[in-house]
Amino acid sequence: MRTKRLAPYALLAPAMALLALVFAYPVVAVVNQSLSVPGLFGVTHRGFGNFSIIFKDPLFWSSLENNLKLFLTIPFMVIVGLLIASLLYSRTSGWRIYRSLAFLPYVLAVPVIGVVFSYMLEKDGVLNEALSSVGLGFLRHDWLGNPSLAIWSVAAVIVWQQLGFAIVLFLSRMIAIDESLYDAAKVDGANSFQRFLYITLPQLARVIEFFVAISFINMLSWVFSYIYVMTGGGPVQKTYVLELYVYEDAFRNGLSNLASAASVVILTVATIVLAFQAVVRTRVDRIAV
Amino acid sequence: MIAQASTASTEPRIHRAVVRRGTSRRQRARRLAWQVLRQIPLLAMAVVVLFPLYFMVSNSLKSDQAFAANALEPATSPTLSKYGHALTTGGLARFFLNSTIITVVSVTVATMAAALAAYALATMHFRGRETIFRVMLPAMAIPSIVLLVPQFRLMTHLGLVNTRWSVIILYIGVMLPLSIYLFRNVFLAFPRELLDAAAIDGCGVLSTFWRVVVPASRPVIVTTLLVNTVFAWNELLLALVFLQSQQQRTLVVGLTVFSSLYSLDVPELMAGMTLATIPIVAFYLFGQRYLVRGLMSGVGR
Repeated sequence: MRTKRLAPYALLAPAMALLALVFAYPVVAVVNQSLSVPGLFGVTHRGFGNFSIIFKDPLFWSSLENNLKLFLTIPFMVIVGLLIASLLYSRTSGWRIYRSLAFLPYVLAVPVIGVVFSYMLEKDGVLNEALSSVGLGFLRHDWLGNPSLAIWSVAAVIVWQQLGFAIVLFLSRMIAIDESLYDAAKVDGANSFQRFLYITLPQLARVIEFFVAISFINMLSWVFSYIYVMTGGGPVQKTYVLELYVYEDAFRNGLSNLASAASVVILTVATIVLAFQAVVRTRVDRIAV
Repeated sequence: MIAQASTASTEPRIHRAVVRRGTSRRQRARRLAWQVLRQIPLLAMAVVVLFPLYFMVSNSLKSDQAFAANALEPATSPTLSKYGHALTTGGLARFFLNSTIITVVSVTVATMAAALAAYALATMHFRGRETIFRVMLPAMAIPSIVLLVPQFRLMTHLGLVNTRWSVIILYIGVMLPLSIYLFRNVFLAFPRELLDAAAIDGCGVLSTFWRVVVPASRPVIVTTLLVNTVFAWNELLLALVFLQSQQQRTLVVGLTVFSSLYSLDVPELMAGMTLATIPIVAFYLFGQRYLVRGLMSGVGR
């Protein structure tokens, strides 16, 4: 009887120990470190000094700004994702192959994608060559070397990789929609656009909302690899993002207190997004169900 | 477009068949035109998806001269020499081995630990069950970068920086929440009578798990293995920070560093990229259904 009562804890122990090591302790430690401010004579005291330093740092704000620019990929991916998913849903011939192709970039390694794209986007790279050869030479740019363009080139590569996730997500939800809803609407004389607007979209509300929330978190805090590989934050720090700010402070500049403070900022924003999503979720559920 | 959708649907439905028989030749021609028109955006998408892969593979098969002459063309006289060079002098064989060891160990341990934990969470009653699950779940969304500084300090204390163990332990931790979530969903639906029957037959907790639950849970095991493998194989940030010596580097980190050192030898770099991509594409081709299901699974959260 006693072993039976202890069994669940024994089964959970390995996983819990690892989660404590990898998540629980570091969360506490990062908050703790973000609040410790080195003072005179090597005495550290607690306070928000680290935060006020990073909030005064223009690089912190321009990093955040670049993360915010990446947010613009989200509406684009939602709209194009819906369009392509609708095309696939209508069983256009070859839709299974297209679906597999659409999702393929999502499983590839970001660094591999990043390096391949940086060669394609070079000044004398194949994209510019191709543009010239079809008479669009005036569109030639140094895609990753031009300070005002670079972040958008990175954004395009992110879309290249993550659009497939939106497509497959939306499509799988569309397939699950009860077809009798469409039949009823047809009987009522709704045209295909109205059916999309009044049936498909509300039915998809929940997955769209999920996609938007997870993309917010992605664009805020999971773009390090793209930036690190393609631009390293340059040219002239024009593609710096919050993650790179933390990375450089911690592992290049030896400012781990500041890095911790920036980490806590990212963590806080991510938590707010998640909490916000939970609120929206309950609303959406009320509309959709 | 949705209208076209339902008529072109593969599901046989009687009233649709009636509708179709009643259509005129003009309507049929229009439908055909639609079919062709609808291919255009999809073909464009296919080209955009495939082009970078074509660029990578075709240039990996070229000599330096052929690449310099034209990077767009297919390789006219393909050669594997760049692959040989990347693996030997480029040191990629070593990186490949490192990635394989780290991936196999972390994925195996994470999948086993997750299955056991999920089994307890799904089938047993004990104090704190719901709390543990609720606290663990959001860990999935914690950005990697946020915990990097304390994780680095911790690994330094443990003396594990620059050893595979640091990355293996971190990978397992990162994999666990989603894996537990996936297993728990399946185990919750597992018929209780089977578990009770096994208990009556004298099976202990672990033997019930191994003999009854595991054999019946192959799909979720495959899903979890695939999702975790793709993660571990592709991961950059942790491997970059925790494995700083050339000897320890994983394939993805090795290639990233290689790309800045050997930027002149693009074909060799592309050969390395192709080698790193082949296993992932193979997994995708053979286990697409499982992999997609796993990666999409957060939706129900």
